[in-house]
Amino acid sequence: MNTLLGVLARDLKLAIRQIGDATTVLVFFTIAVALFPFGLGPDPVLLKKIAPGILWVTALLAALLSLDRLFEADHADGTLEQLALSPAPLEAIVAVKALAHWLTTGLPLALMAPLLGILLGLTGEGSLELVLSLLIGTPTISLIGAVGAAVTLGARRSGVLVALLILPLTIPVLIFGVGAVDAAITALDVAPHLAFLGALLAGSLALTPWASAAALRLALR
Amino acid sequence: MSTNVFHRYANPTKFIGLASAIIPFAWGLTILLGGYGLYLGLFNSPADYQQGETVRIMYVHVPAAWMALGCYTTMAIASAIAIIWKHAVADLIAEETAVIGATFTVLCLVTGSLWGQPMWGTWWVWDARLTSMLVLLFLYLGFMALKNAFDDPQRGTQAARLIALVGWINVPIIKYSVEWWNTLHQPAAVARLDGPTIHPDMLTPLLLMGGAYMTLFTALLLVRVRSHIMERRARSIALALAEARGAGPDEDPAGLRDGATP
Repeated sequence: MNTLLGVLARDLKLAIRQIGDATTVLVFFTIAVALFPFGLGPDPVLLKKIAPGILWVTALLAALLSLDRLFEADHADGTLEQLALSPAPLEAIVAVKALAHWLTTGLPLALMAPLLGILLGLTGEGSLELVLSLLIGTPTISLIGAVGAAVTLGARRSGVLVALLILPLTIPVLIFGVGAVDAAITALDVAPHLAFLGALLAGSLALTPWASAAALRLALR
Repeated sequence: MSTNVFHRYANPTKFIGLASAIIPFAWGLTILLGGYGLYLGLFNSPADYQQGETVRIMYVHVPAAWMALGCYTTMAIASAIAIIWKHAVADLIAEETAVIGATFTVLCLVTGSLWGQPMWGTWWVWDARLTSMLVLLFLYLGFMALKNAFDDPQRGTQAARLIALVGWINVPIIKYSVEWWNTLHQPAAVARLDGPTIHPDMLTPLLLMGGAYMTLFTALLLVRVRSHIMERRARSIALALAEARGAGPDEDPAGLRDGATP
């Protein structure tokens, strides 16, 4: 347990020391969202209608951008091997690293999303649900992303490859995440969508660390 | 399957023997089933009362969809076998199944698009089934891309095994969430608990074509795995020859080989 807390504290400390990495993700999120009105025209009705989709897709891509931070540096300087040799199971270490990744990307993205929502006219109903759905949905993206980052460790063009591997797997998260916000805007029941997001999170929490740890062992062999 | 038989065909030579014995039968069955199925489907089955003659695309389209899904399962099972038993041929089966499965998926998408144009008035709709087929294609492409992304082919194979299994768990989740999201496609008409809702005159050619696709898959898979094994052997023989030739000092006057200069 101490090892796991140590890993978490270390990853968070590294993220704070290199705060630029985390803020770049948020800046990307902002710029990418701001591009849509240029592409689609400034019609407020249209923008408000597609705001949940834009915010969710952009947040997904922003989270994806930062996945290379997860294992690559640790792999390059040998830290990953030390972690694999530590008494804590590698599966748990992977889960903790995914948690650290979420705390430094998913959480800020979720908290920032309603501000960008205002730019697109998404105010009042839907804003709270946007934060909630991102809070429940983005940990799943970090967990699935950890699998992608682990299997592509040491591959050529790993950034593009991670996107190709991970994006299809995150479609369910996207569907229910956007579904929750849309339901809130049209005054439907939000709970089923959030429940599905929770189920996806529980499922990926139980399954993905095994796959990520297996992939890391391959990379370390 | 007893473990004995199972392990015997992990030996590539024995596998080639078995494959070579099966391949002619698989091709023969494909021609018989496919020929009869296409004859029934194209010339000797009723046109649909709503869809008219275009319904005949079904005999090419629906079995392709079955095979697209079946190939993914085959690939995942082969990957699991490769992980659990370190079965040498299973990796080759997974790799070659991915190529064939992706082709079936493309065939399904293209024929579906051609069918959708006259029926729905559009080449593509973001309907649940079409979308999940498209996602399936992405999963195949991801598997193939990951396999070829490493300088060490062994590492690529091992990583691809994992992603095949991860994808396999996700396929039903993606399918049902996409279905929840949007559906326009007609519901399944053959595999239903209360019996098929399709007329026997159409079901017979459809099932014949399904059989033909399956034997076609078997034939293609075995041919591809066999040639993959042979290709690998040819490469290692060529390498060995090159090394034997390069061993003599006068064969390497430019001193290109490390340590060749005396």
